[in-house]
Amino acid sequence: MKKHLLSAGDLTRDDAIRVLDTAQELLGVAQRPIKKLPTLRGRTVVNLFFEDSTRTRISFEAAAKRLSADVINFSAKGSSVSKGESLKDTAMTLQAMGADAVVIRHHASGAPHRLATAGWTNGAVVNAGDGTHEHPTQALLDAFTMRSHLGTDGGVGQDLAGKNVTIVGDVLHSRVARSNALLLHTLGANVTLVAPPTLLPVGVDAWPVETSYNLDDSLEKADAVMMLRVQRERMNASYFPSAREYSRRYGLDTARMNRLPEHAIVMHPGPMNRGMEIGADVADSGRSVIVEQVTNGVAVRMAVLYLLVGGATNDEGEA
Amino acid sequence: MVHPADGPDAVPGPVLPPSDETSVRTVLDDGEIHRALTRITHEILERNHGSAEVVLLGIPRRGVPLARRIARRMGEVEGREIHAGALDVTMYRDDLRMKPARPLEHTEMPDDVDDKIVVLVDDVLMSGRTIRAALDALGDLGRPRAVQLAVLIDRGHRELPIRADYVGKNLPTALTEKVRVQLTEVDEVDDSVSIVGSSGGGAA
Amino acid sequence: MTKYVIRRARLLGEDVVDIAIADGVITAIGTDLPADEATEVDATGLVALPGLVDLHTHLREPGREDAETVFTGTRAAARGGFTCVHAMANTDPVADTAGVVEQVWRLGREAGYCDVQPVGAVTVGLGGTQLAELGAMAESAANVRVFSDDGKCVSDAVLMRRALEYVKAFDGVVAQHAQEPRLTEGAQMNEGLLSGELGLTGWPAAAEEAIVARDCVLAAHVGSRLHVCHLSTRGSVEIVRWAKSKGWDVTAEVTPHHLLLTDDLVRGYDPIYKVNPPLRTADDVAAVREGLADGTIDIVATDHAPHPMEDKECEWSAAAFGMQGLETALSVVQHAMVDTGLLTWAQVAERMSATPARISRVGGGHGRPLEVGEPANLVLHDPAATRTVESTDTASLSRNNPYTGLELPGRVVATFLRGTPTVLDGHLQEAVR
Repeated sequence: MKKHLLSAGDLTRDDAIRVLDTAQELLGVAQRPIKKLPTLRGRTVVNLFFEDSTRTRISFEAAAKRLSADVINFSAKGSSVSKGESLKDTAMTLQAMGADAVVIRHHASGAPHRLATAGWTNGAVVNAGDGTHEHPTQALLDAFTMRSHLGTDGGVGQDLAGKNVTIVGDVLHSRVARSNALLLHTLGANVTLVAPPTLLPVGVDAWPVETSYNLDDSLEKADAVMMLRVQRERMNASYFPSAREYSRRYGLDTARMNRLPEHAIVMHPGPMNRGMEIGADVADSGRSVIVEQVTNGVAVRMAVLYLLVGGATNDEGEA
Repeated sequence: MVHPADGPDAVPGPVLPPSDETSVRTVLDDGEIHRALTRITHEILERNHGSAEVVLLGIPRRGVPLARRIARRMGEVEGREIHAGALDVTMYRDDLRMKPARPLEHTEMPDDVDDKIVVLVDDVLMSGRTIRAALDALGDLGRPRAVQLAVLIDRGHRELPIRADYVGKNLPTALTEKVRVQLTEVDEVDDSVSIVGSSGGGAA
Repeated sequence: MTKYVIRRARLLGEDVVDIAIADGVITAIGTDLPADEATEVDATGLVALPGLVDLHTHLREPGREDAETVFTGTRAAARGGFTCVHAMANTDPVADTAGVVEQVWRLGREAGYCDVQPVGAVTVGLGGTQLAELGAMAESAANVRVFSDDGKCVSDAVLMRRALEYVKAFDGVVAQHAQEPRLTEGAQMNEGLLSGELGLTGWPAAAEEAIVARDCVLAAHVGSRLHVCHLSTRGSVEIVRWAKSKGWDVTAEVTPHHLLLTDDLVRGYDPIYKVNPPLRTADDVAAVREGLADGTIDIVATDHAPHPMEDKECEWSAAAFGMQGLETALSVVQHAMVDTGLLTWAQVAERMSATPARISRVGGGHGRPLEVGEPANLVLHDPAATRTVESTDTASLSRNNPYTGLELPGRVVATFLRGTPTVLDGHLQEAVR
């Protein structure tokens, strides 16, 4: 694996399977009497959150703590210094504190890249969501969840070859969609992005995915359907005429869910807009694996932290 | 890959090609391995008054098939099906920072270990560091009444105060030598234990 | 005043001649000119070009003297072979009154490295709602003829029409920063494959082309002169070509960076490559080169935009737009246009000296041919030299040089401003007072 996890595209198929298999082993830790491993004892993991995301921060925090790392939560939001200065200065502070891994969430696309490549810090950088760019650990936990449901015997060692995954919603602004498109393609799945044309990025035809403007077309063959959150403010920017029309054309309601194959699962990265992109009864149905995604998130993030900083890091060299 | 002495105690076989400067001396063949495991099985049963309280846990990778073989023989003697588990100790190793993070092996507990007699099974005992890690791992899974250790080979060179309760063969070796264990389940060749290294005792 | 004889220069890259200079004027051009008491400058192998004129420079003074001052910016200009730069109006305060433009003009004269011709704002405070006092600026000591809200687009069609019409009274020109504001809200980079992949808000070529097309039509309708700033897309080139084919009085500029750099550079999110208009695709680069070669694009203008380190050492979206250009312009043009056979040195002289001076109606003997009796504004350029660009090798206060680490051909050896060297042997000289 590369030193940092900045994009789902950084992972080869073997890397991705290694993360998923490691996560599979680590999933068991949550069921044990002592939910802690000594592996990252003495390592420092900094959660650097420039954007509020309690869910993601808690997930990373739990992951790091279960590996016995020292966790420092740094919420840079509301800092009075200019944003640019604060990223560099914060990075240098973290460097001085000896951060082995920096988990960064930032409203600016590419901020994790800057942190990893500008020479401000030596630690491994994990992208916990940057702007409208990527959210690779979310894609990993989604792939993990799909594999455990759609793979044979829990999916260990397997990819997602031949599985049909439909991702629906605001692809243009979604870091989850970007990371999933890259990772699921790497794992051999057939990805279909479904959105109104206004919410697909220019150049999407060059992505390794199919695209469609019509949700109903891809339901019958889907093994997994992932509904993306639609920000209500998109409505005012004329991406679509009204919430009602969006919901009617691109929302997953019971009728649409019933057209999915028997084994298909319904996913959502959260937080959900019930009644907008997903019906309340769909979210709570037996096909919904949304709560499981959260559980899997901790195991996947443990795996990522372990694989990035559990062994020799660059200051230690190889024995 | 040939690991240094503080790495895993056994050397995976097929990766190391024999060369002119390396001697390979077979010390146990498949029949002898079979008999050693049978003896260990009986010793475990004798010492623990049967299998009722015993939980067998193999340490990946080669300890796991060994534990399974012992479980099978034990089951034959006891007239019931006995399953061995697997206990991966990677996350508890004290040498994690010496090389890039390695993949985890599967951990599988056949039973609750609380108040049981856990018999750890591994292929080669050397420094004792793997067993130290296994004891820590076990401690996080429950509280066994006792922990015992069965190994196919004890080659000496201990670095920690750890000893085996059941030993297939004591094999005094030089540190320059490597002990290579091959098992059908893992290596897809006939079982064997051999010493790989300079036969004259000098460094190759 | 000191006299110089420049020995064995290749005049516009062609004939090898000596050039004699005295009292700020070219006194003789020929072979084996007598030295008299003149200082001799060996120019063997060097190309002699008329002093370069930049129609698009940000000198940052007044307001952002931490990024650049008129003094440091004009020294950088001299090192780049320029004898005249046009200082853009987006200073603080904005150059939207006679007072501010005169101040900038005077600062340039005092600096003594390069003439500074101020550009006046089109609208008050670059606000895009009310015309600035264009006439007052035209009549001021600064004698402003180019008006631009550069950095912002005069997007209001009516206001643009009025500005185009109004400047006819004093033969002015409106230099439009073509950027449809609604189509570029929050835009960070060229809209295309890469913007989608990087999750950076796209800056569609259409946002530039829509304004270029509108303004060409408007200028034709009211019979005014229009200048299009830093044109960057194939579509813009085609629109300007079409407008010129109609005989409309439209001129256009391209920056050195749009002649060389592409949007691929954004991939690492290093804001050194963040610029307005954004770096475009390789196809756009090919199109602007063709346009510059065939005369559709009239001139090269640097859009030299210095920024302090902290405005670039940050995440992409927080960073400032703009890159330096004065000290590398001639090298980039040589690399992209001359060494590729697209332009001769004589055509470079036209596009970097004569035409920009003509567009801006600037006096002071800028943009004149290298002929006897003309003012001695000239540059000696060594086309055989190569250099690896270093951001610290600059007279500018800033370091945001996008070519850092690149090997570029050519080096300015000497720049003469009215007969006095501002740069000699590649080194800045005493100021010309």
